[in-house]
Amino acid sequence: MTIDWSWISGHTDDLTTLTISHLQAALSAVALGLLISLPLAVVAHRVRPLRGFLLGLSNVLFTIPSIAVFVLLLPVSGLTRTTTVIGLTIYTLVVLLRNTVEGLDSVPAKTKEAAKAMGTRPLRTLLTVEFPLALPVIMAGVRIATVMSISLVSVATYIGDGGLGQLFTDGFQRNFPTPVIAGVVLTLLLAVVADAALVALQYVLTPWRRRRA
Amino acid sequence: MIQFDAVHKRFPNGTTAVHDLTLDLPEGGVTVLVGSSGCGKTTTLRMVNRMVEPTSGTVRVGGKDVTEQDAAELRRSIGYVIQQAGLFPHRTVLDNIATVPLLLGHGRRRARSRAAELLETVGLSAEAGKRYPHQLSGGQQQRVGVARALAADPPVLLMDEPFGAVDPVVRTQLQDELLRLQKELSKTIVFVTHDIDEAVRLGDRIAVFRAGGHLVQCATPTELLARPADDFVADFLGAERGLKLLSLKTLAEVPQGPAPQGDWTLVLDAARKPLHWASKDAELPVRPLKDTDSLLSALNESLASPAGLIARVDADGVLTGVSSREDIHEHAGRAHTEARVAA
Repeated sequence: MTIDWSWISGHTDDLTTLTISHLQAALSAVALGLLISLPLAVVAHRVRPLRGFLLGLSNVLFTIPSIAVFVLLLPVSGLTRTTTVIGLTIYTLVVLLRNTVEGLDSVPAKTKEAAKAMGTRPLRTLLTVEFPLALPVIMAGVRIATVMSISLVSVATYIGDGGLGQLFTDGFQRNFPTPVIAGVVLTLLLAVVADAALVALQYVLTPWRRRRA
Repeated sequence: MIQFDAVHKRFPNGTTAVHDLTLDLPEGGVTVLVGSSGCGKTTTLRMVNRMVEPTSGTVRVGGKDVTEQDAAELRRSIGYVIQQAGLFPHRTVLDNIATVPLLLGHGRRRARSRAAELLETVGLSAEAGKRYPHQLSGGQQQRVGVARALAADPPVLLMDEPFGAVDPVVRTQLQDELLRLQKELSKTIVFVTHDIDEAVRLGDRIAVFRAGGHLVQCATPTELLARPADDFVADFLGAERGLKLLSLKTLAEVPQGPAPQGDWTLVLDAARKPLHWASKDAELPVRPLKDTDSLLSALNESLASPAGLIARVDADGVLTGVSSREDIHEHAGRAHTEARVAA
């Protein structure tokens, strides 16, 4: 299997466009997943009876085959980027919801108690005490969800999207390995860079965890 | 300042935590709530800032029924110190202390400068303000907890076993600091502990609780030690309650005179400060006592001293005279009788 470097140098613009489109799809899904998970996690954390139901539901959604999800969404949103993002979002929920609930659970009762006793109202306690302290666990979920989404975007090639995934079908159909290899390498690179960026973001957001006594 | 009027607290699981409590806490004093675990002392404390709501009865702070005030606003007006400090791990020490001023809407700058001031008040360096709680020792964290409670200058301070988690040496230091602060600030303090020695050291008044949430006796430490209301209180105070009573009296009134001739001589330095006891062939250390020291330490020192004498010094450590074991003993006995007879 040899790499046709001239194909790569001739297609840098395409590769860049596909990489950006790939990343956009994955990040939109994680952002949307967070938007849904954060409030749901608060509900699951506070209302014990709903917790099992919500976490169970996210598990069930995760087991639906990805192609089936896209097919089911076609009548709703058609062959669009929206379909891709909704599909991917469904898969992010399983880690984002679970990790956010666990993150909120991990906040020491003593600390919440202190916030209340100082006269902090519940919403402010949630935003300024509970979420910040849950952040490391939430971020662990965000990292998994991001890497998972980056690898899953390719599946959306079936509905004409799929970012770098288009390189796989292209190479496969023409029996020409170079685009496939380029697609794999770029996907991996994207996953590594995105993960590193999230580690850096967490470092910036949690200054209290840097300096150990 | 704080009034409990026929207050009853039953938890949903059926246990009665506080039973028909009527108690008036005067302004500007330290009231210590003591009792073994499960006696309702912490619940009593937590009803003051509505962390627990009474089942029946009224709790008033400054004459106002607490349940008629907004809970969050009420809590901001009452300082609260909890065991192991309960600091926010994700905020710097300075921002921890600034919590309540920020909630009250004071600007960030004003809140921080107030916090810096308090850091000094509780005996921490300005440098400690930039650290995070986990970088401090347990004793330092507890000081931050006190500073945080004082930040909005509340008239009332609730302290729930604040020094329970630190070692005895640090605990004594923190107790001394609290007494020093209280002399300056004259807050109305409610202090919960299960340690009777801590209660005797800190309390202007001590309220003893019995299992089931019954208040058994509320009195000054002297009164409590001299005249426990019943066997339960007497047992709780312990077999050495007579000695504890002596810890509350000073030796100022014990007569003193020049050191008599004997086998042991008190050796002084050039400034007339006691150095040690000396006999023909031995030397023993001396621990000079001031007028403000307790009768208990005088009794203790008179037993340890070879001549049965204690060395008395002034504030500068210069010898003023000696007192005999007999005089101390007699005074201790008289202090006891007076406390027990006093109405």
